[in-house]
Amino acid sequence: MVAGVSDRVSASVPLVQLRGISKRYGELLANDGIDLAIAPGEIHALLGENGAGKSTLVKILYGVVEPSAGEILWQGRPVTIASPVQARALGLGMVFQHFSLFDKLTVAENIAVALSGDWSVAKVRAKLADVSRAYGLALEPDRAVWTLSAGERQRIEIVRCLLQNPKLLILDEPTSVLTPQEAEHLFTTLDRLAAEGCAILYISHKLEEVRRLCQRATILRGGRVVATLDPRQRSAREIAALMVGNEVGEVRAGASHEGRGEVLRVANLTLPPAGLHGTALKDIVLTVNAGEIVGIAGVAGNGQSELFAALSGERLSDRADAVSIVGTACGTADIDARRRLGAGFVPEERLGHAAAPSHRLSENTLISHHSGKEVGRIGFIALDAAKRLARSIVSGFDVRTPEGDPQARKLSGGNLQKFVIGREIIKKPRLLVVDQPTWGVDAGAARLIRQALVDLAEQGSAVLVISQDLDELFEIADRMAVIHHGHLSPLRPTRDWTREAVGLEMLGTRDAA
Amino acid sequence: MRLELVPRQNVAPVMRAVAPVIAFLTAFAVAGFVIWLLGRSPLAAFQVYVTQPLSDPWALQELLVKATPLALIAIGLSYCFRANLWNIGAEGQFVMGAIFGGWLALATHNTGAGFWVLPAMMALGILGGALWALIPAFLKTRFGVNEILTSLMLVYVAQLTLDYLTRGPWRDPKGFNFPQSVTFDLSATLPPILEGSRVHLGFAFALIAILVTAVVVGRTLFGYRLRLTGDAPRAARFAGFSSRSTTLAVFAISGGLAGLAGISEVSGQIGQLQPSISPGYGFTAITVAFLGRLNPIGILVAALVVALTVIGGESAQILLKLPLDLSTAFQGMLLLCVLGADALVTYRLRIVGRAVTA
Repeated sequence: MVAGVSDRVSASVPLVQLRGISKRYGELLANDGIDLAIAPGEIHALLGENGAGKSTLVKILYGVVEPSAGEILWQGRPVTIASPVQARALGLGMVFQHFSLFDKLTVAENIAVALSGDWSVAKVRAKLADVSRAYGLALEPDRAVWTLSAGERQRIEIVRCLLQNPKLLILDEPTSVLTPQEAEHLFTTLDRLAAEGCAILYISHKLEEVRRLCQRATILRGGRVVATLDPRQRSAREIAALMVGNEVGEVRAGASHEGRGEVLRVANLTLPPAGLHGTALKDIVLTVNAGEIVGIAGVAGNGQSELFAALSGERLSDRADAVSIVGTACGTADIDARRRLGAGFVPEERLGHAAAPSHRLSENTLISHHSGKEVGRIGFIALDAAKRLARSIVSGFDVRTPEGDPQARKLSGGNLQKFVIGREIIKKPRLLVVDQPTWGVDAGAARLIRQALVDLAEQGSAVLVISQDLDELFEIADRMAVIHHGHLSPLRPTRDWTREAVGLEMLGTRDAA
Repeated sequence: MRLELVPRQNVAPVMRAVAPVIAFLTAFAVAGFVIWLLGRSPLAAFQVYVTQPLSDPWALQELLVKATPLALIAIGLSYCFRANLWNIGAEGQFVMGAIFGGWLALATHNTGAGFWVLPAMMALGILGGALWALIPAFLKTRFGVNEILTSLMLVYVAQLTLDYLTRGPWRDPKGFNFPQSVTFDLSATLPPILEGSRVHLGFAFALIAILVTAVVVGRTLFGYRLRLTGDAPRAARFAGFSSRSTTLAVFAISGGLAGLAGISEVSGQIGQLQPSISPGYGFTAITVAFLGRLNPIGILVAALVVALTVIGGESAQILLKLPLDLSTAFQGMLLLCVLGADALVTYRLRIVGRAVTA
């Protein structure tokens, strides 16, 4: 596996070396004899689908999980990393994909509490400004975390690591919530960190950015290393094929479809912020026609979840005509009434919002089907019908589940996402509103989901996709708009947008440009 | 060194069934040990606590009489607890039910009113309990006041109201100044299930409530709504279930059933209103609800078991001079063991040693 490594890397002792790392969870072998070496100053990509064993491997390295076999060498010396505290003492920093923050504490407190050594909140506040400026990671030190968007929370995690001057920085999907400009800014930061000698282990699904950033990539599949290669010398398609184990197809484009009738109309929708730090929606104007996909781009925390709640009816407007579905004004009608008009909704959070983690899949179908005739009659539940429905969603959308009728939490993120999207599509909705359809989902599942959305539009449904993933929107959307500070840009056909134009809208600098 | 609970990959259905049995045996063993420490024979105590009540027809009837209010209240509480709402004030709703229903019994005293009195009393009992429970529910939905505090505090208001009524306006004028009302007429007395039995119709109410709840929780959309609200409140809102109406509904149901228990106890068992009508049924029912794991059949079994410890405790006090508080302690131990067994079936206990850096 050392073949193909540049001279600079092989000449020195690796900063960290994993030898034959295995981890067994009951029947499942999550990691199977993994070898991996990272040199100082190297940006190393760790690639693989969900369930390939990336998270387990990283948790072992960070001292969260104890390996069943194998050893870790740190600067050539065997070490046992028994806890994250120990990992940090060695010089490891980790930015998790799922944030480990205290909701009730402020940004500065969250950072201070996680740092070992002599860090007071005041000292953190002072340093925070410097680091924020240097790396373009804007943060208000005194905001409580629960009021922040996913993107802002991730920034805390990144800054928290950078404050400790780590020797090895592990980043799990760091750009999923950044604009192209911000991502580019982050890459510059990472390049600079690497030039200063900090090694970076970069976990991502986005092959283009891995090819932009990394000198080496280790690809995992089914808990084993399938390849270690230089991503700059391979095509994204080739790498994706190694990850998935078969060729990844492109999403088949739907036919062009304009003027098939308006399904969703949002007219001057204005809503005050829900919480102390929520985003207000300002005068949103939007239409979605039958047979088309409309995309809403934007950086996390710019009003996406507020817009979703206003469209779904989880938050009501004071004007009925603010939202109309198939010509019926329903701005003041609840989510159930909007579902009866033929709308389907998929929120951003899979567990806890779209699905109840401890409930079985059959019960989870009831969440959006309970007013339908199929599973409920005069207040009674048809359990058999719900089970049949769950089975047809599972088979129709390639949801890979444990045997029988498992609890929602037993499914991997990608599979649960396929389930909650399938749960709406199977109803053949006239309107589908999806918030972040492929957030944290592996390449295979993401492709299947996008294809399902394209197919749904082709069958004549109106689809609204709110997404932070620009590649996704450029791939599937017919028309696009950008949301920034609760304000929506005009809708334009996707072919009229450039990445730069979208990026400027995302930063709210359209007028200045 | 620390302890960790690791979820088990596969839980054998046999273990789920056996766990409560093991929990019972453990609780009995611990209780036996305590009794041995007190210098009594654990075997004799077992006989007095368990064997005797179960072999004596009179004690068996007494068991059902005691289990009736416990089961009725606990089944109502299970609605609240499933939806993650904490009605701690069933004792007060029990008392309010007795006051509302008892009022009609006193108002129709010696008027020769007919058969309608009893159903009307039951309805008033349900109404009284439900209204009393709706106060904390309303305060919660309207102002966001914590329902645990308000429901608990209203217990004392209800108890003192009953105290005032039985010492003041509702006192029996011919009662030698005892703080109690007149004895209810026959038309206001809940009849026994069988002629000559001490078990009154309230037990039938409890059985009906249990059967209806089993259907509601397992088969209806309302039952699903409760579970979803309890397990994933955001998903419940996404499903279109308003948390406000869920809160009001479960408090009304649990209050209504506690009120029914209250009027049944007064009308079927005590026969008059007096300052104290409950040895804390409303609080013990919380234990019963969780001992039965909020499952309707489980609650029936738990109510019988807890009633057994109460009756056994009374005889143990007389025959073995054991303190009555021992029963309460045993109820606590039983609950701890059952919940602990439940947790250990789902999770494995792991002792993690502090690893040393090489």
